[in-house]
Amino acid sequence: MRLTEIRLAGFGGQGVILSAIVLGKAASIYQGAFATMTQSFGPEARGGACSAQLIVSESQTLYPYVSQPDILVVMSQEAYSKFAPELKDGGMLIVEQDLVHLENINAEVKVYSVPATRLAEDLGKRMVLNIVMVGFFTAVTELLEPDAVRKAVADSVPERFRELNLKAFEKGYEYGIQALSAGPLAGEAEPQMAFSEE
Amino acid sequence: MKADPKGVLTGTHFIDGDHACCEGALAAGARFSAGYPITPSTEIVERFAARVPLVGGTFIQMEDELAASITLQGAVWGGAKAFTVTSGPGFSLMMEHIGYAAMTETPCVFVDVQRGGPSTGLPTLPAQADMMQARWGSHGDYEVIALCPNSPQECFDLTIKAFNFAEEFRVPVMFMMDEVVGHMTEKVVIPPADRIEVTPRKHTRKSAEEYLPYGTNGDLVPEMAHAGEGYKFHMTGLTHDERGYPNMTPQTQDKLVRRLQNKIRDAADRIMIAEEEGIGGADVIVVSYGITSRVAQKGIDMARARGLKVGKFRMITCWPFPEKRIRELAEKAKAFVVPELNLGQMVREVERAAGGKARTIAVSHAGGSVHRPEEILNAILEATR
Repeated sequence: MRLTEIRLAGFGGQGVILSAIVLGKAASIYQGAFATMTQSFGPEARGGACSAQLIVSESQTLYPYVSQPDILVVMSQEAYSKFAPELKDGGMLIVEQDLVHLENINAEVKVYSVPATRLAEDLGKRMVLNIVMVGFFTAVTELLEPDAVRKAVADSVPERFRELNLKAFEKGYEYGIQALSAGPLAGEAEPQMAFSEE
Repeated sequence: MKADPKGVLTGTHFIDGDHACCEGALAAGARFSAGYPITPSTEIVERFAARVPLVGGTFIQMEDELAASITLQGAVWGGAKAFTVTSGPGFSLMMEHIGYAAMTETPCVFVDVQRGGPSTGLPTLPAQADMMQARWGSHGDYEVIALCPNSPQECFDLTIKAFNFAEEFRVPVMFMMDEVVGHMTEKVVIPPADRIEVTPRKHTRKSAEEYLPYGTNGDLVPEMAHAGEGYKFHMTGLTHDERGYPNMTPQTQDKLVRRLQNKIRDAADRIMIAEEEGIGGADVIVVSYGITSRVAQKGIDMARARGLKVGKFRMITCWPFPEKRIRELAEKAKAFVVPELNLGQMVREVERAAGGKARTIAVSHAGGSVHRPEEILNAILEATR
């Protein structure tokens, strides 16, 4: 696993931090790599923007912050506007389909989109949207072993919600496998989306 | 002796430095904390307050930092291992009682998760600007021990070390974290209790008649007896004799204060923990500590990629300062580069110890973030010129 910088962002209450913890745990505990997670602290952590930074690597990560993410996961418009410009050329953008309207997108970026909130609602609990997103992330990035992430999900949530969260993971993962075979929404591979402001 | 398994959360965890510090304290045997929680240290006592009742201990949220920093000392004299946690503004308020702990030789740990200052400064962002305060913040002559972790794993491991040093030397130990290390989440392995060495209280074996509270037998660290055990008990911040009674003469002062100093200075080699790498043949040595040591490693790697001979000296023990080793290294290297998240604190010590034998270049930072590795690289390049 080469050093990969990831930023996950949304608004407070979406479980952004937990999704970063699950991914970090999968990498560092269940896959034997290294992971360093930091989160933005400040007044914006209450209700407003919320963001976690995760660095995964084969060796010990030294620098604690993400400067130019290889992968950006956004679950709110505000997070998209704030962090999309940081994304590395050739990087991957993962968005919550119903909450983020794509604009001014860098053509060098691969975009994958998932209606995580709706899929979570289908399962009966909107609060598992973050784990749907984790499943989707696992499928489209191919960065982590799915089984490692499953274990991390199981061991990061309260026992009575374990089954629900594992279902949420599978739902997102399956959606991701399909998205992956369909190819990215924008970027070099298959520019399906029209860019009104280009 | 081995750690009490009750307090040891054996396993592999993905937790932040604050939580790891709390687990280190529990593993070390801490069963009491009094605190006045403050960002970015709050998570330590938040977790402790939840965990410690399950292992038979107490957390008290106090009215302020003055109360917290003296209450924990009462608990120590009642037989507990105790600590408090704070950040800059609270650390300032605790200074008087850090001096009291030094004077009364109360073994305890003060955790300071450093944030940007002065004053309220940057509550949620890092700095390393309390390093001189940790050493000199209370009035009078005294010595402390200060440790600087650079990862959540070390927040666990070195918190145990901090408690062990506190007990061995009967001294307040400053555990100098920073906001990044405190809030950074990484894998933390907590070993089984029987693989964790903890230093027990240096309790006297003498009878109540023979015991002298501040009497020593050559090793400079007196034995303790706890309140209520039937021993004569008198504690004071005044200059005191071996019985613990006030005795304000220049002779008693000299004997006491020199002993407080020498019990640490004489043992400095044993207290000193540092990480050295690539020192042999290095033209430039980067001296760093805490989170900055990780960023410094990036700068060092970049310089080495350009063919430069750069060594790493990471201080884990910052106080007592490793002056003997820096003096030795100054004979070999051309220059020291000292990055730290302040406008120049430990760099003064490096410069003093180098004694003009090697150049000393500060890489200062006012706090709020960490250095960019390029800043450290640039200083290394300047040092080789």
